[in-house]
Amino acid sequence: MQTVFSIAVDALAYGMVLFVISIGLSVTMGLMRVVNLAHGAFAMIGGYIASYAARDLGLGYAAAILLAVVGTVIISIPIERLLYRRIYGAPELTQVLMTIGITFCIIGIANYVFGPTLKTIPLPNELQGSVDLGFRTIGTHRIFAIVCGLIVALALWFTIEKTSFGVKLRASVDNASMAAALGVRTEIVYAVSFAVAVGLAAFGGVVGAELLPVEPYYALRYMVTFLVVVSVGGAGSIGGALLACLILGGIDTTGRYLMPEYGEFFFYLAVIAIVCVFPRGLAGRTK
Amino acid sequence: MALTMDKEAIATGSNRRAFGRDIIAIAIILALAAIGYLLFPDNLALLTRLIAIALLVLSLDLVTGYCGVATLGHAALFGAGAYAAGIASAHYGINDPLLMTLVGIAAGAVAGLICGIVILRAHGLPQLVLSIALIYLFHEFANKASSWTGGSDGLSGISTDPLFGLFEFDLYGHTAYFYGVALLLIVLILLRFLVRSPFGMLCRGIRQDPLRIRAMGVSPKVTLIKMYVISGAVAGVGGALNAISTQVVGLDSLSFTQSAEALVMLVLGGTGSLFGALAGTLVFMLFEDYVSAANPFHWLTIVGLLLILVVLFAPKGIYGTTAAYLARRREARS
Repeated sequence: MQTVFSIAVDALAYGMVLFVISIGLSVTMGLMRVVNLAHGAFAMIGGYIASYAARDLGLGYAAAILLAVVGTVIISIPIERLLYRRIYGAPELTQVLMTIGITFCIIGIANYVFGPTLKTIPLPNELQGSVDLGFRTIGTHRIFAIVCGLIVALALWFTIEKTSFGVKLRASVDNASMAAALGVRTEIVYAVSFAVAVGLAAFGGVVGAELLPVEPYYALRYMVTFLVVVSVGGAGSIGGALLACLILGGIDTTGRYLMPEYGEFFFYLAVIAIVCVFPRGLAGRTK
Repeated sequence: MALTMDKEAIATGSNRRAFGRDIIAIAIILALAAIGYLLFPDNLALLTRLIAIALLVLSLDLVTGYCGVATLGHAALFGAGAYAAGIASAHYGINDPLLMTLVGIAAGAVAGLICGIVILRAHGLPQLVLSIALIYLFHEFANKASSWTGGSDGLSGISTDPLFGLFEFDLYGHTAYFYGVALLLIVLILLRFLVRSPFGMLCRGIRQDPLRIRAMGVSPKVTLIKMYVISGAVAGVGGALNAISTQVVGLDSLSFTQSAEALVMLVLGGTGSLFGALAGTLVFMLFEDYVSAANPFHWLTIVGLLLILVVLFAPKGIYGTTAAYLARRREARS
């Protein structure tokens, strides 16, 4: 029972962190049809900035998160303008190569600037201990990660379903040229959602630093995980991404607890099974 | 009638020219092999590894360049060949290099069949994700089956008999190098026939318009799976060569990184042409040897920049861009 409970909490926290990072990728992928392998690199930049702000500048945790999100978005703007613009609508292979190239560059530069060591982001005292639920104790940080994931999911759902920007976004996802003909400034929609996606990646990178440690090869190590989550969930769907994160987070965590010697074998076996059965993802729409 | 005669004449003429080009290309490869042997007599291990990776990139070119299948998991076929050749020697005492190569080819082809069946179930992003999941699955499997593969320590205990009973595989790697060059030439010549054959043309047709090919009465999927098996056999040759020359097989031969690097080499050189694949491998591996010895992170930055530049300014790769430039100059002159 103890094991089941700790597996459930860890799986939930891990799944939520995955969700916060990869939901931005899912939205941009559904919107711009770009296979963006560099998404993890933005999460890594966020982690590096937060670590620098908290350890070297001595800022608080909240300020570090804010600085990381804003800083990463600022860094991403020229990258989007100069590089991503050119590969919208290009074949997948081109997009994969371009974004792998961007990832390699970011890894190389980040390590040249910050050095090739593991970056820690010190947690504030409030998040360090554990909470006693009466019958079990849970690490406060786990709860924090889960709550962050829920807030992000709710906020995104509200924005996309209830606001006028959400209407424009959904219209552009369904048919970009028709939306443009009806007067939606699609390039602004693209730019805003790209910025939000990158900001969320940075946020997830900082919040999840306890579960996915920020280190030199972060962008390469988790590049595949984020892409897999989006593909399993179905690009552009919040519910699908949430479901995929919870399922895959659950399988991965359970595998690590019960059969650590198998590594990620079951994770990838599940991915192959799901993609073979649902080629468009769990919540993917047929075209 | 006259028109068809003309076309035939043009066709045979271009065939003859292509044949002449092949002879020149083989001569260039032989010359490069000789130069490599004379310039780096102490570094033949690197050159042999280069040849093994070139075989992997050629094999990737068959499915990506000629069939248009995007895959980030092609090292699975290479690693299967390497492990099969290694296991044959370490556990079953099959030490003859030719037999080990044959075992590698067979294992590569089987891995190609499995990967082909799984990967070709989807298109676009899901296809990419399937290929990635497969390479990780192979990797974890090889890691887990450590009584067979040595796990993360790598498979050791491979010993190879002299080639044809005459040429010992020595410490300096002379025999392995010559064996590699010979294998590469044989594979290259066979593949030149393959890509010009009706089957090769069919694969290119599938890349351009699968719907039309299906309307012609051919199943694109079956054709692509056949190509995958052939590609697996080629990658298996490379894997077996690697196992024979280094006498050890590591998990890195089954890694995502290896697959991604192979794709980078192919794109640097130029997809859809066998010589492009070779050129990309040569440039990438030699650069890597020089730069990453100094600082691995500088190497990553440079590869990333190169990739971005190639995608933006030379989408046909080094070989494709050079060939197009030469063709334009020739036309301008005539």
